[in-house]
Amino acid sequence: MYWARKSFTLLLTLAFVLLLTFFAFRIIPGNPASAILGMEASQEQISELEQKLGIEGPLHLQFFRWAGGVIQLDFGHSIRFSEPVLSLIASRLPVTLSLAAMSLAITLLVALPLGIAAARARGRFADLFISLTSQLGLAIPSFWMGIVLILVFGLTLKWFTVSTFVPWSENAWLALKSLTLPAIALAVPQIAIVVRYLRTTMLEQMNEDYVRTAKSKGLSNANVYYKHVLRNALIPVVTVVGINFGEILAGSLVIEGVFTLPGMGRLLMTAIGNRDYPLVQGMVLLIAFTVIIINFVVDLSYRWLDPKIRLK
Amino acid sequence: MESKSTLTMRLGLAIIALLGTMAAVSLLYVPYDVNEMNIAGRLQSPGALHWFGTDNFGRDIFSRVMEASKTAFLVGAVAVTIGLVAGFIIGATAGYLGGWTDEVLMRMIDALLAFPGILLALILVTVFEPNLFQTMIAIGVLSVPNFARVIRSGFFQYKEAEFVVAARGLGASHATVILRHVMPHIVSPIIVAASLSFSTAILVEAALSYLGLGVQPPDPSWGRMLSESQSYIGKAPWFALAPGVFIALTVLGFNLLGDGLRDLRDKKT
Repeated sequence: MYWARKSFTLLLTLAFVLLLTFFAFRIIPGNPASAILGMEASQEQISELEQKLGIEGPLHLQFFRWAGGVIQLDFGHSIRFSEPVLSLIASRLPVTLSLAAMSLAITLLVALPLGIAAARARGRFADLFISLTSQLGLAIPSFWMGIVLILVFGLTLKWFTVSTFVPWSENAWLALKSLTLPAIALAVPQIAIVVRYLRTTMLEQMNEDYVRTAKSKGLSNANVYYKHVLRNALIPVVTVVGINFGEILAGSLVIEGVFTLPGMGRLLMTAIGNRDYPLVQGMVLLIAFTVIIINFVVDLSYRWLDPKIRLK
Repeated sequence: MESKSTLTMRLGLAIIALLGTMAAVSLLYVPYDVNEMNIAGRLQSPGALHWFGTDNFGRDIFSRVMEASKTAFLVGAVAVTIGLVAGFIIGATAGYLGGWTDEVLMRMIDALLAFPGILLALILVTVFEPNLFQTMIAIGVLSVPNFARVIRSGFFQYKEAEFVVAARGLGASHATVILRHVMPHIVSPIIVAASLSFSTAILVEAALSYLGLGVQPPDPSWGRMLSESQSYIGKAPWFALAPGVFIALTVLGFNLLGDGLRDLRDKKT
């Protein structure tokens, strides 16, 4: 019953996303084909492009044709590049995914120790300092953080070369170096979110009976914190990290512009600039589907991680 | 601990009041004409005449930052209002009626949430021409889910409450029950949501304008100032500093206010 309900919810959400993505590009005032081609276009050119875009015939048929394609992983053709949308995305995906993965890794590496430290130092100076810094981290826009990082570490200290991306296949070390600053810029607000969340869940756990039991049977503080409290406190954190993966993905679209990285963000900006609707639509849909599926997996892992939920 | 939440809230309010005053003053007075160019005086570092220096056209950065604060507050206020009104209609309907209506409406909200913040705004500005008005609508749409969820859960919590059942029993209409009996209890979570949505709105507007897809010239915007500053970052770092600091301050103010209010409320319940 649980599985049936979960899968039904997933399918319903995916269907709504499909509808939303389709109709968002159909509320364009006037005919999209003539909007793309401009005033000078002839009727033949317009109907040719209409056919290419799959926007001739009744609206519901257009939707089913498009959705049918999507199910078979056919997202249509880009107008600007005359290439299948999917292969264009695939060529840019490695940059964006490695950026997102790196910033996720940085987030966890920095946020977990800080969150634990803040919870353990509750009410003392270290806690206050970490709380204040994370408020700042939340407030700073990541693209501005990127500009500041370029100024400090690129132009002043010259530790990193900026605006030159080296593909992984060419030189892995240089690729890693060119992704470091953007990954940090992207990670800052995420670190702030995870630190705040982990601190709260750890403090909640410390009030539980099992902590008193563990302490009274003589376990050291460190033992109680790391073996008992942290394990329980991390479960809800998994959800937050999962939910925020979408934000990291979206943030990388902007950050790629700051650091001129040839990823999906740049492709999306080019597509928007050229009114390349199939390409924009395909990318938006793919990102939204990724977010939904990640959240679904997180939801399931939550049950797996927490036996209390599993047994209920 | 009570004092800490109050302090957080007051600090947030103070920051907002300061920036709000600046935005209000900019309606009447700015030190320099924001569009007045002075090529001879371009990229001057901060000093007595130009507090924040001048930009690549010799325009006064302080005046431009002031003018842009007006844009930021306007976008924030309109977007939050749109999100609140639409979120109220959806959330109240779903929470009050429950059942299938709730299921369908909430899956729609989930679908909306699947588009990470800025992506949804990007779709809308692709479809329409980017300008101030579209930016406000786009950001408003993306704040709908937050309000809808908060309001829905409030209705769920109170629709079976004794005072609600009693009011219905005494013959009060649905509208009266919603507005007079349920609403007063969920005002404070709504204010918290509004405060946090406001800071998100400021961040998204800045990002959209930075990408050139938000507020368009001649309307000044912190985000666009940042994108203009980037080519001069080595020569004139102050150009990129002022707009960024103001974005961060505004967001900080609304986050502190929202967090402080939430902590105070959590303690009460």
